[in-house]
Amino acid sequence: MEIHIPTPLRAYTDKQETVSVEGATVAEGLAALTAAHPAMQQHLFTAEGKLRSFVNVYLNEDDVRYLPNKEDSPVSPTDELTIIPSIAGGAHSLCCSR
Amino acid sequence: MSLLLSKDLYQQLRTHGEETYPHECCGILLGKSSGDNLHVTVLIRAGNTRTDSAHNRYNIAPQELIKAQREGRKQGLDIVGFYHSHPDHPAQWSPTDFAEAHWFSCAYVITAVEQAAAQITNSFLLTGTSEEDKAFVPQFIAIE
Repeated sequence: MEIHIPTPLRAYTDKQETVSVEGATVAEGLAALTAAHPAMQQHLFTAEGKLRSFVNVYLNEDDVRYLPNKEDSPVSPTDELTIIPSIAGGAHSLCCSR
Repeated sequence: MSLLLSKDLYQQLRTHGEETYPHECCGILLGKSSGDNLHVTVLIRAGNTRTDSAHNRYNIAPQELIKAQREGRKQGLDIVGFYHSHPDHPAQWSPTDFAEAHWFSCAYVITAVEQAAAQITNSFLLTGTSEEDKAFVPQFIAIE
């Protein structure tokens, strides 16, 4: 499968935008990615090994968190995984509203 | 590191904030990192999924980010930043902006909008390499 890497994490994949790995499930694909690029581990996972809350992983068009088998979802060699950190914010917590 | 963009793109992101007022607008900036600068060449408007609190919160759906990333790949571009507006608030990053910032080395552009008129636009570069050492650094916006 191919894993698409977002801009800020390419520093840890030797600047590769896409990394090809082997694995039968999403979890195996991510494990292969971090095995090949160990620095990715801390950026994707917590110390407890859970996917960080702000890291979204999509299997083709589907958010892995909402798939029935989540990270144990099966993948085929032609599937694509996309890692995409969340983007959010807003002015609500600014102290100095005018 | 400066943020380089055309006058037209600069105007587009400010206009977006005026159009969505009193709600926050948001969008994605495609371009390239060149030397010490981020050069923006494409602006993609995004929907604000925070319809529950759109006047002071924003969120871009991951699907829109993935679509933008794919579009970037086609054009040989990367996601180099994001923009959003602060209706009736300063063009300064908020604690929420900081807590929710995870795109290192990318630009976070904020436009203050008062009474549907764009005011100051600032850009902040997210520096650092992890949640523990990240920081927002003011970034010069160079209009080409």
